[in-house]
Amino acid sequence: MSILGTRVLRTEDPKFLTTGGEYTEDLVDDRLAGAAHVLFVRSPVAHARITGIDLDAARATPGVVAVFTAADLTDVDPISPLPGYTAGMTQTLLASDTVRYVGEPVAMVVVEDPYQGEDVLELVGVDYGPLPAVVDPREAARDETLIFPAAGTNTVITYGEELDEHLFDDCDVVVTRTILNQRVAPAPMEGRAAAAVWGEDGRLVAWIPNQGAQGSRATLAKMLGLERDRVRLITPDVGGAFGAKFGADPEHALVAWVARALGRPARWSETRYENLLGMTHGRAQVQTVTIGGSRDGRVLAYRLEVLQDAGAYPRMGAFLPSLTRLMTPGTYEFAKVESIARSVVTNTTPIGAYRGAGRPEATAAVERAMDLFAAEIGMDPAEVRRRNLLAPFAEPHRNGFGALYDSGDFPAALENALEAAGYDELRKEQAERRAHGDVIQLGIGIASYVEITGGGGESGAPNENATIEVHPDGSATILTGASPHGQGHQTAFAMLASEELGIPVEKITLKWGDTDLVPRGGGTGGSRSLQQGGVAVRQASQELLDVARERAADALEADPADLRFDVSRSAFTVAGVAQAAVSLGQLAETERLFVHTVFTAPGATFPFGAHVAVAEVDTETGQAVLRRLVAVDDAGTVLNPLLAEGQRHGGIAQGAAQALLEEVVYDADGNPLTASFADYPFLSATEVPSFELVDMATPTTYNPLGVKGIGEAGSIGATPAVQNAVIDAVAHLGVRHIDMPTSPRSVWRAIVEGSGG
Amino acid sequence: MRVQVTVNGSGREDEVEPRLLLVHYLREVCGLRAANVGCDTTSCGACTVLLDGVSVKSCTVLAVQANGRSVTTAEGLSGVDGQLHPVQKAFRQEHGLQCGFCTPGMVMATVGFLAENPNPTEQEVREGLEGNFCRCTGYHNIVRAVLSAAGEQSVPGGLSAAAEPSGDLSAAGEPSAPGELSAAGER
Repeated sequence: MSILGTRVLRTEDPKFLTTGGEYTEDLVDDRLAGAAHVLFVRSPVAHARITGIDLDAARATPGVVAVFTAADLTDVDPISPLPGYTAGMTQTLLASDTVRYVGEPVAMVVVEDPYQGEDVLELVGVDYGPLPAVVDPREAARDETLIFPAAGTNTVITYGEELDEHLFDDCDVVVTRTILNQRVAPAPMEGRAAAAVWGEDGRLVAWIPNQGAQGSRATLAKMLGLERDRVRLITPDVGGAFGAKFGADPEHALVAWVARALGRPARWSETRYENLLGMTHGRAQVQTVTIGGSRDGRVLAYRLEVLQDAGAYPRMGAFLPSLTRLMTPGTYEFAKVESIARSVVTNTTPIGAYRGAGRPEATAAVERAMDLFAAEIGMDPAEVRRRNLLAPFAEPHRNGFGALYDSGDFPAALENALEAAGYDELRKEQAERRAHGDVIQLGIGIASYVEITGGGGESGAPNENATIEVHPDGSATILTGASPHGQGHQTAFAMLASEELGIPVEKITLKWGDTDLVPRGGGTGGSRSLQQGGVAVRQASQELLDVARERAADALEADPADLRFDVSRSAFTVAGVAQAAVSLGQLAETERLFVHTVFTAPGATFPFGAHVAVAEVDTETGQAVLRRLVAVDDAGTVLNPLLAEGQRHGGIAQGAAQALLEEVVYDADGNPLTASFADYPFLSATEVPSFELVDMATPTTYNPLGVKGIGEAGSIGATPAVQNAVIDAVAHLGVRHIDMPTSPRSVWRAIVEGSGG
Repeated sequence: MRVQVTVNGSGREDEVEPRLLLVHYLREVCGLRAANVGCDTTSCGACTVLLDGVSVKSCTVLAVQANGRSVTTAEGLSGVDGQLHPVQKAFRQEHGLQCGFCTPGMVMATVGFLAENPNPTEQEVREGLEGNFCRCTGYHNIVRAVLSAAGEQSVPGGLSAAAEPSGDLSAAGEPSAPGELSAAGER
């Protein structure tokens, strides 16, 4: 029986459940003996000139090894903007003359004992000359206050052409609305950290929690002005990432810099306060949707305008609206669609990838727009969707923005979700509650989505490498360029190798994230691991059998064509000769038995699905509670349902968290109001129900396993479904829209305004 | 100050700074690094351990407060033969962990919770674990794991029952019934 498609329990778990993972802060390594601890003095103001720094008191304190400022960083260059971004928006690793967001590193204090550092941080005196802070991207777009005067503008990059003023000419009904896709914190349970030591050969060894050691190495080397091969990056266990641990941050480079400057190992683990200020945030778009059509429910034209807040220093976040734009029409067949996007800098924490990274924003926009249109024409939102969804397609479909959907049946996903939710009964119950004037009203929210997973990189078509070696004892080791941080790669990839080689899953070890061991790799993000990394493991296993078959033929003195591979014994046998057999382990005794291979996919895959959320809203307090979440997530063939469901659960919860609760808030002066878990409303177990997952699997032809990515689907479908449900619960009170998070205050205010109160 | 603490069944005596937190005592002095620090505000529960059998957030207990008392961490939960405790086993069986960072705290909070409430409802589990954050699982499988462990507990000898043999990787559990825990009608 094939192991593929079965609920294999994770081989990773026993360690995590007993001794715990070995995260960067946990590392005990001889190379790090005697490490100094680095702490960062961070800007308490959003925008200011640095007029003076007094280090005397800190330097005079016993136990302080060193204190550094930007003036000491004479041997490293500032970080230049990415290609295509406006020139002049450069960042020095430590703020040199200007700080641009609260939390920006200004100085480093190096101490023997981290407990002491907390005290010493307060002894570093920095004088700030305040500058006007720009917090709202709409204000930033006006360029009245420039965050980088040298750039001459706050705009980082724009996407899209001129808008067509006649786009909606044929429409009977046109609705437009500005909606906020608010800033949220990825907040993995493990924050950022680093440990670094320089060898006598002048080579850096750095341990950083990351999503792809090869990419992190490249970024780290660039910041330090080193050739990549002068850096060995090692990935300890990683306590969650959600897009925010791609690459490397200035702090990571600075820890390495300190280790070089002092000639001794150095390490850093951030506090949650630092994490909520210093790790990139996600989303942060102001969207204007305009949707028009006829009163029979047919949408004829749709426009999406995106203003992306990139934060103080443009990083990946400034690029993400291009992905939002790419997915503008979602699952729909609109006759006319257009989209433009602009990214601007503000005096806030930089924006980066967060679970979905640009695609949840596209789905949120179009799914809100569909509900706005449905409300305007007085039609059931499910019916409006039915009338506009793309028909099922077997051949790839290109949307108006160049995205090539590999396969999809969007109507089936929607109908499956509606049926599982009991949509018609829910509508009846809703009608009854409305008729009774109940205080607790029921809302049903729908989202249909399609997204992109496993997209290509700068180097072209998406690919990943794998190496597999069978050892004389019959065990195997896999090296992958993917980079797990909770997904369960060790189990999943072992299943793929086990299927081909007959080696039990528990005898297969997965290694990743050490650039000396795995010099190339794309890491884990964009839901790419299984469809590229996993497929590469399968391919490597098959190629290894080809190599082994030749050796087995020699060993058994048989024609390779007469050999059969007996998976149950992990051995080659000779047809018709029962006793003649040689196992893979035996074949590895005389000569190493391994294969390295690269799998290249024809392109990205496009998982799709539909979510239905059921929410209750207390119309007196505005409190919204998510009661049910029904999810159809079609990511092609499922390798391990246990793991795939876990990915869906996590994504759904993060989507629900954004819809209901979570938001990074700044005041008008750029002071963060959500810089601790006491203030940031991180989702807890009481705020979500158990989720109802519906199976649907349409294999892709883009890889031999038929798999697409599942890591981000939950957050893409759930966010608008939950938001739509909350709004739907109070729609009869005249409410058409409530921005996320749908907090009691926002909901209550919408009810009051909707009722004309 | 000098403290005498029983850590995972073994007595020890250490000289500690009065301000040293229990979690740092466990991690840096005792070398037990399963408990993690996930926040600065006693919000996340990643550092949860048992103090005299009651779950506490060890970031908000001073090491000196543990003087003369008994501390149990995730390392001390499994048997000497390495077999998983029923709660640990249930977390694995139900895939109640992903990145693992919250896991030791979540497991210890569960042990403490089930000691107080051996037969909880889903809602009681959610409320009981409200102070333990997880970013990966959406809590779905954690709740299942706790309910499953509670079921094990009600079996005579359940909590001390032998853990599964290591290496049993097959899918012993029945297929999940999506939504079976959901409370559609609950309002």
